[in-house]
Order: sequence, then structure tokens, then C-alpha cells
Amino acid sequence: MQAHLFIPCLVEHVLPRIGRATARVLASVGADPIIPAGQTCCGQLAYKRGRPDLVRPLAQRFIALFEAAPVVVSPSGSCVAMVRRYPELFAPDDPWQARARQVAERTFELGQFLVDQLGLTDIGARLPIRATLHESCQMTRVLGAGYTTRTLLAHVRDLDLVPLAHPEDCCGFGGAFSLDYPELAQTITEDKVDDIVASGAEAVIAAEPSCLLNIGSVMAKRGLPIRTLHLAEVLGGAAR
Amino acid sequence: MSGRTHDFGAAARQAVADRELQTVLKKAMGHIRELRRNSVERMPDFAARRDRAQAVKQRALDNLPDLLETLEARLTAAGGTVHWAEDGPAATRIVTELLTRHGVRLAVKGKSMIGEEIGLTAALGAAGIETVETDLGEYIIQLAGHAPSHIISPALHLSRAAVSDLFVRKLGKTGEDIPAMTRVAREVLRQKFLAADAGITGVNVAVAETGTLVLLENEGNIRLSTTCPPIHVALMSLEKVVADLEDAATVLDILPPAATGQVLPVHLSWFTGPRRPDEHDGPRELHLVIVDNGRSQILADPVLRPILRCLRCGACLNVCPVYQRLGGHAYGSVYPGPMGSILSPLLADAPGDPRQPFACTHCRACADACPVGIDHPALLQALRERIAAHSPDPATTLFAALARHPALFGGAAAAGRLLDLDLTRSARLLPRSRLGRYLRGRRFPGLRRPCSLFLRQPGGRP
Repeated sequence: MQAHLFIPCLVEHVLPRIGRATARVLASVGADPIIPAGQTCCGQLAYKRGRPDLVRPLAQRFIALFEAAPVVVSPSGSCVAMVRRYPELFAPDDPWQARARQVAERTFELGQFLVDQLGLTDIGARLPIRATLHESCQMTRVLGAGYTTRTLLAHVRDLDLVPLAHPEDCCGFGGAFSLDYPELAQTITEDKVDDIVASGAEAVIAAEPSCLLNIGSVMAKRGLPIRTLHLAEVLGGAAR
Repeated sequence: MSGRTHDFGAAARQAVADRELQTVLKKAMGHIRELRRNSVERMPDFAARRDRAQAVKQRALDNLPDLLETLEARLTAAGGTVHWAEDGPAATRIVTELLTRHGVRLAVKGKSMIGEEIGLTAALGAAGIETVETDLGEYIIQLAGHAPSHIISPALHLSRAAVSDLFVRKLGKTGEDIPAMTRVAREVLRQKFLAADAGITGVNVAVAETGTLVLLENEGNIRLSTTCPPIHVALMSLEKVVADLEDAATVLDILPPAATGQVLPVHLSWFTGPRRPDEHDGPRELHLVIVDNGRSQILADPVLRPILRCLRCGACLNVCPVYQRLGGHAYGSVYPGPMGSILSPLLADAPGDPRQPFACTHCRACADACPVGIDHPALLQALRERIAAHSPDPATTLFAALARHPALFGGAAAAGRLLDLDLTRSARLLPRSRLGRYLRGRRFPGLRRPCSLFLRQPGGRP
């Protein structure tokens, strides 16, 4: 089996370790990762800036790159949620709408792919660490797939998962939001970091790279020795 | 859109730097979170109740002109008088003229967001009519000269100590704890209820079939405002009407839990007309002022129409990460939070920041909490698209242009790696820029060599 890997631009250029871990996990479950050349940005930034006109050409690029793929997998809930919105960018009589729908229906976040598509809950991963889960808004409320992350983590051997007081609270990133309102965004993130510190965890896990970047950058500024781990890194830790 | 502009970003910056406000908000929002946890989050049939209430409100909006006409006919038949106001100035003129004609000098008022929206208290004051707020929270902020900071808990931004100081300054005395302070306010307000010539309230639900106005409260001040004075003036925005008593009951199934975590409020009042000849209490006259103020236009907009389902329960404010850290004043509009970021800019002569819909983390907590199924994220997105259509953002355009060309996109990232790997140089050059402010509290991990270079295998192209 092959799985086409959709690498978010943030992962490609800032958090490449997440892309490599995702490829490792896919390989470990027998899904040979294919990485089409020419990927850039799914258009999420422009979309949230209210510019569907700028998203459309990016959506068309994405569709052309991936429409031959039987399945598309990405380590980002928010980017997958963006691809799932592609059909509504085109008019019903526009042939691009049908093409967009076909690609959207076959695009999955990593955990979604493993649990919902492959029916896997335990991929034999092992990671001896005390960690906590930040339930990304885009994974839970937007994509409705938060349960897949929780299910997979529950089956990781030696993973000591400690709870956050408010795992479902937004971390305050919001894309351009945190550049538009830096101090406000930081206040929200500080609360998340305080919650993580209070949990006693050595690492915070999420299935959303942007949350990890955001939380990690505030923790780094505060000099906290707490790691950020993507779901793929937790699962790929054992798969190597 | 109005020429007045408010800078939400500057207000937000001030609010998060205000330690006292942050302490008060943290405590208040924690308390509200606890109420939610013990009510709607434990309600096994929240989704079913929400779906029913959503259907009732949507049906009412779809038949709004008919329902409003029925309401007028039934309320008139019950002895009341209905007035129609196209906008805020028309509404305040109607109330001012009515009260002036009756020689009213003092009016007691129950909490009303539509009253805030039209600026009623100021208008009456200009006509020489004193208005005293009787909801405890509203009374407190009236003494302080503040605007409400929450649509349900207007004095949420004030600590107990601040209220105590305020009472000493304005009333000459205070109490040791909240019950004692409440008694102080009650003594003052009791005299006002007895002396008032008119009572002014809002309306939570209006029942077209029976001409009944339904009001929810916990303090009894609305009961007193509507029974002590000889005239009751009720203000409602036109979307408050539902078809019949059954529909009203469906709304009441979800409104108190969503608003305050209660099954029902302490007082639930149903007013059908003024005092009848055989009755011993109630007002001699009942006037209902139905305010449009831009809502007909929202109703005619198929995309934004759902915001008119809003019950003003405050649930979306309570769960919003932005509202939670700022309270309501930073919004500079009557209605704050997610519902306010949608409704406020659509109202006639709307104040507030024209870019308010962008002040959103896209977390979707509002939509999950809404008891009438309003998809705030979708409505905010529609507003963002309308705003962006006439005020493009060059950075987004540039980013999207680069993203259309993989070589340019990768080249820009490579240039970034060479010139300013972790953005610290840019931040140092432009400390007051958004990037400079962003990096004041964060350490950006830096641009890396793209992972696809490591990963791509021969034959990787589909």
C-alpha cells in the first residue's frame, strides 16, 4: 500500500522532524510514503485572512498534485481541515468542485488515517516518558478527530500520560492572529504553558504542528526543559 | 459602516497588561467554567435541546413579519401598546416622548442589552428623566460610570473590593461581604422602586400567539420594576419573538442552563398586557417598543441571518479564549465576544473595530457552546471575506503568490535561512513591529532544511 504524504509548509521549513517521523510511522504500518514534489502551502493562511480568491489557485495546485493518490496523509489537523474545505471554494457547476471533493474525501490526518482508515489502535510504539496531551482545537472541534489521537496514545507502551486541567483550551496561536495581537495571543499561550507545567509532564504532545511551534516557542523563551512532541514522533519513537 | 473606529488591538494590549483586570477575569471566568461544567456539560440531552431550540428560532426568523404582526395584534388585544422603531434614535425618541407625556421623572430599569444598544439611559437623562439600573451588576456599573463588560454579568470586570470602594464613595457605606453589600444596594433600590414613575425592561422571549412577554431574572428587580410603577415599557429587538407557548418553552429548556448553569432562573415572569380591571397589581400601561436597528438587513442576508437566532446567553463569550482574557470593554462595542464580533458590526451606526472578525483564534469553542447552533466560525469567516474584499492585506497576497511557485516558495525559505534564521535580526531591527512584539515573549525555533529533501525517493512523483 502507498500513502501520499502531504507535508504542511510549517513542517517542511520549520519542524522537519515531524515530516520525517510521519514518514517513519507510515512505513512502519506498511504504507509506503510517497512525497510528491512541488508542495507549498494548502492556503490556510490566506483562507483565514478572508481571501478565498488567493486560496483557489493553491487548492488547484494541491488537487493536481494529489488527485492520482489513493490516500493522502498529513501530520496536521488544521491543514487537513483546509483541504476538506476545498470543495466549497468552487461553484457547484465548476468541474473543480468535483475534483476537490474527490481529493478532500481521501485526505486524512495521520491519526485519522491509522485509526479510522486502517483500523489500527496499537502500532507497537513504545516511548518511556511522562507526557501530557494538548487537544488541538483543529483536531477536536474543527476536524472532529481528537479521539484518534487519544486512542493511539493510550496504546503506546511506557508512555506515562498525565492529564492537563484544560486539555481542550486553545493555545492561542490562530495563525496570523498571534501576529496581529501578539500580547493577547501570548497571554493565552502562557495559560496553556502554566497548565503543562502544573501537570508535571516532561513533554507535551499534540497532533498539530502549529500548536507545538506556538507552545514550544513560549516554553523556550521561559527556558522550560519541557519537550514538544508530535503524535508522529511518539508513534515513530519505537518504529524508528 | 460608521466613521468612528476603535482599535481593538491597542485595547487588548492594555487589557492583558492590566494585572488587576487579569486577576478579576481569571477568577470570574473560572467560576463561570465551573457553572458550565456542572450544567450543560453534564446535560445528557444538550444536543437534542439545542437542535429543538435552533429549529424554533430558525422557524421564527423565517416567519418573522407574520409573527411580529400577530404579536402586535395579541398584545394590543390584551390592552398593551406596540411601538415600532427603525433605529436607535427612533426608539429613544419613542420612549422619551412617552415618559415625558406621562410626567415621568424617575424610571427604574431592569437589565436590557437593547437599552444599551440604543443608548436609552443617556437619551432619557438629556430629557431630564433619571434612570436607575436595578439589576445589581448594572447598578454597580451605573454607579461606576462603566459600560457592561458581559451581556449576562455586566460588572464581571470589577472585584468585590472595587465594588466596596465604589459603594463607600457613592453611597457612603458598604458591607463586609457580598450579602451585606447586596443589602446596602437593596436599601437604596427599594426606595427607587417605590418612587419610580415608570419601569423599563428588556424582553427575553415574546410569544406571538398570546402577546406575552417573558422575562428571566434572579434578583426580583424586574418583578418590582414591572409592578410598582404605573407604566411598564419593554424594549425588544425584533428577533426575540417566537410563535407560541410551546416554542417559548423549548427556548426556556436551554436558555437558563446555557446562560447561568441554572435549570430555571429564580424568577420567570410572563406578562400579558397591563393590569386588568379586576386585578390589584401590575402596571396601568404596558408599552412594547420593537427595535430593528439594522436587523431587517441581517434578516435579508441568507449567510448572516443565523446570528439573529442568538438568545444573548453569553455562552460563546464564556468559552472564547479572546473574551476570557479581555472581558468585554476591549471590544468597544455593545456586544462583545464571538456573537458580538458578528452582530455589532452589522447594527446601524455600529461602533467597534472594523477588523474585529479577525480577532479570532479559530478554535470553534463558541460554536460548540451555542445553545441555538449558531456556527460563529462560518459567520466570522463570511465577514472576514467581506472585509478583505475591500481592504486587501499585502503580506497575505505576497505569501499566496510565492506559494503558487514552488521554486520561489522554497527560495524564499532558503533566503530566510541564510539571512535571518530565527528572525531575531528582523525583530531587533523592528522591535515595535508585530514581529518584534511577537518575539518579545517567544523564541522562534528557526527555519530548517526542508524535510522533503531527505524524504523524497526516486519515483516519488505520482
